[in-house]
Amino acid sequence: MTELAVTRAHPAAGAAPLVAVEDLRVSFPASGVEAVRGLSLSIAPGECVALVGESGSGKSVTARSLIGLAGPGARVRASAFRVGGGDALTFGPREWRRLRGRFAGLVLQDALVSLDPLRTVGAEITEVLAEHDVVPRAARPERVRALLEAVGVPDPEVRVRQYPHQLSGGLRQRALIASAIAAEPELIIADEPTTALDVTVQAQILRLLADRKAAGTALLMISHDLAVVAEIADRVLVMKDGLVVEEGPAREVLTAPRHDYTRALLAAVPSVSAGPRRPPRSPGTAPPDPVLAATGLSVSYGSRTAVDGVSFQLRPGETLGVVGESGSGKTTLARLALGLLAPDAGEVTLRGGPWSRLPERERRPLRAAIQVIAQNPLDSFDPRHTVGRLVADPIHTLPKRRRRERVAELLDRVGLPPELLGRRPRELSGGQRQRVAIARALASRPEVLICDEPVSALDVSIQAQVLDLLAEIQAQDGTALLFISHDLGVVRHLSDRVLVMKDGRAVEEGDADEVFHRPRHPYTRELLAAVPRLPGRAE
Amino acid sequence: MAVAAPAVRPGARVRPGLVVSLLVLAALVVAVAAPGLITRVDPLAADPLRALAPPGAGHPLGTDHLGRDVLARVVYGARHSLGIGVLATALAVGAGSLLGLAAGLAGRLAGEALARLFDVLSTFPELLLALLVIAVTGPGTWNVVAAIGIAQLPTYARVVRAQTFVVRRSGYVEQAVTFGHSRLRVIVRHVLPNAVGPVPVLATIGLGQAVIATSGLSFLGMGPQPPAPEWGTMLAESRDFLRVAPWEAFAPGLALTLSVVCLTIAGRHLQRRFEGRTP
Repeated sequence: MTELAVTRAHPAAGAAPLVAVEDLRVSFPASGVEAVRGLSLSIAPGECVALVGESGSGKSVTARSLIGLAGPGARVRASAFRVGGGDALTFGPREWRRLRGRFAGLVLQDALVSLDPLRTVGAEITEVLAEHDVVPRAARPERVRALLEAVGVPDPEVRVRQYPHQLSGGLRQRALIASAIAAEPELIIADEPTTALDVTVQAQILRLLADRKAAGTALLMISHDLAVVAEIADRVLVMKDGLVVEEGPAREVLTAPRHDYTRALLAAVPSVSAGPRRPPRSPGTAPPDPVLAATGLSVSYGSRTAVDGVSFQLRPGETLGVVGESGSGKTTLARLALGLLAPDAGEVTLRGGPWSRLPERERRPLRAAIQVIAQNPLDSFDPRHTVGRLVADPIHTLPKRRRRERVAELLDRVGLPPELLGRRPRELSGGQRQRVAIARALASRPEVLICDEPVSALDVSIQAQVLDLLAEIQAQDGTALLFISHDLGVVRHLSDRVLVMKDGRAVEEGDADEVFHRPRHPYTRELLAAVPRLPGRAE
Repeated sequence: MAVAAPAVRPGARVRPGLVVSLLVLAALVVAVAAPGLITRVDPLAADPLRALAPPGAGHPLGTDHLGRDVLARVVYGARHSLGIGVLATALAVGAGSLLGLAAGLAGRLAGEALARLFDVLSTFPELLLALLVIAVTGPGTWNVVAAIGIAQLPTYARVVRAQTFVVRRSGYVEQAVTFGHSRLRVIVRHVLPNAVGPVPVLATIGLGQAVIATSGLSFLGMGPQPPAPEWGTMLAESRDFLRVAPWEAFAPGLALTLSVVCLTIAGRHLQRRFEGRTP
């Protein structure tokens, strides 16, 4: 990875900062939104500064303003604004363009969106090289290859000719980073660079960014994930509502936060190493019969086996966590459990009786007992219906008055005000939507709740609220949860037992403590090792 | 189409074309619903002594070859021309949507068979297909409605079938299945309303075409029979007097052109507003 000559000599201490902005204010006069309200920031060469905050805190707008991309209609003001040695307050479009790529490379969350689908990876990177005239034309193919190698893309000769859709998420993100560093920028701005990635791939990308930093490139990292930030940042700025509420060396901010908001954010991060959530069942009592059980489930799509011989048992009041990376068959397993997909082999039983074997007509009356909370509630809501209608949908057979009472009761239970009854899904926040989804899933008083990545799309503090709500519901109703997530911390937070999936197979199953503390399968160990950790948390 | 109302931008551009179109359409609605409000003259009252009188006092748009008031005939004709167009469009939308829904929900074989039938139907020019239907059923107002309705049906059926494919695979339909709802309930409550989202906009533009087709068929003598005042029929009758009394052709021709242009403008405007907003 070192053959590329983009390594910069470490600048002498006290070198002029690459970016120095005082009292930055960004507003959107058309909508009256003040996204950033007085932020000061400086980034020195070879330094990694992290902007941390939840959605809408202004962190992305801040980063974009630094390269003149605050957005159409944005009004950017500052009392001092120096970027790359020039006075950015006087910059016109041409000056900004010259900075982008050459001075600052941008890496965004979703490489599939950021890369042109009609161009090969090679063409994408070559364009950056040509635009900034980094190397002579003849040397470009060799440089592209070297760049891809530097970011750890295997077989660069093959990948150069491939299109973004032919690459996995991790490779796409690497290709995007390769194009961002192609013009040898002094600063990389990475906006949630690992949010869309699996945990093992995330670890690789973070290592790659750390390498660039070690080579002398400054890094501005934007993330909602404090643990990711802890891995790499030198300094952390915590943003809330367009203001920096806390700022300091990463270790200090993350271990001894001074501001309440930082403390709340840290407390909300689910940990893979936290102690048991509740006392284990006393060993004397015989375990109740499983309410949902699967034996030897297999299903394939064409030649690809999505789920391969998976068995599990879920007892009343218990949470079985299912972890695995994308493509491991988690969602297929959920669909099998719900009876939305018929297994090729094996069987699912509900309350000890047949379930997957039943024809749909006979399954229908039993469906009230098993409900689902989907990852993206917006997809699972009929866009034309109001909250009131959505929640009443599963219980439409009740008389109207009884139904209305039940809906009010359910909204109250998930902590939503009755004013939301008339709203449509698009008019709700992410957390509110997930609460509506939970209220709806509870309407028929199910014995089993299947949660398929129920908090993956939510900010960390909202995530914690939703997880607490699920735990509370389970404690009160004795509902059994099949909890599917790629996030080991989230699974750890809620599960009694854990099932680890890889390539459609259950590679490990056991008591949550056991699996997290003494993983037996090498893949489980790899997963756990890849999870970024906050400093100062007990291992 | 559960969309939050778009925020009205201050100083949003007023489109004069749209305003004029809406005014014309409003006048047409009055002519269809209450022609007596516009003119008190009987469109069928013939006065051979005043035949082919040029526009002037008493007859603002002149009289035709039988001495009937052209203004009254154009006003009362709206009911025939537009009425048939609206009924034909309603038939095409209703039957087309249901067939499209059926094609989208049916098994592979039946669904494909229906879809190919729509394809075959839409390879015929609309007017030709309508003529074919008339050739079988014979001329007459209701037969024209059926002919144009059938000719336009594939457009809606194909759109609804495609939408049905999208909706039946959506998260909310799957979710409805997990509630244990019957297939019929899922279709009626979730699939159909979401699948017909783009239809109203299409229908507004289709209406203009249906009005042209109506007049075309009537011009050929397939529609409402004389002395009924229908714009196409009037154009056909006026042919022989084009040299001496151009007003007899001019008035129904203008009414026809104006209503189709205005319907299309309004339809396009709707289309722009809802572009990309259908669920």
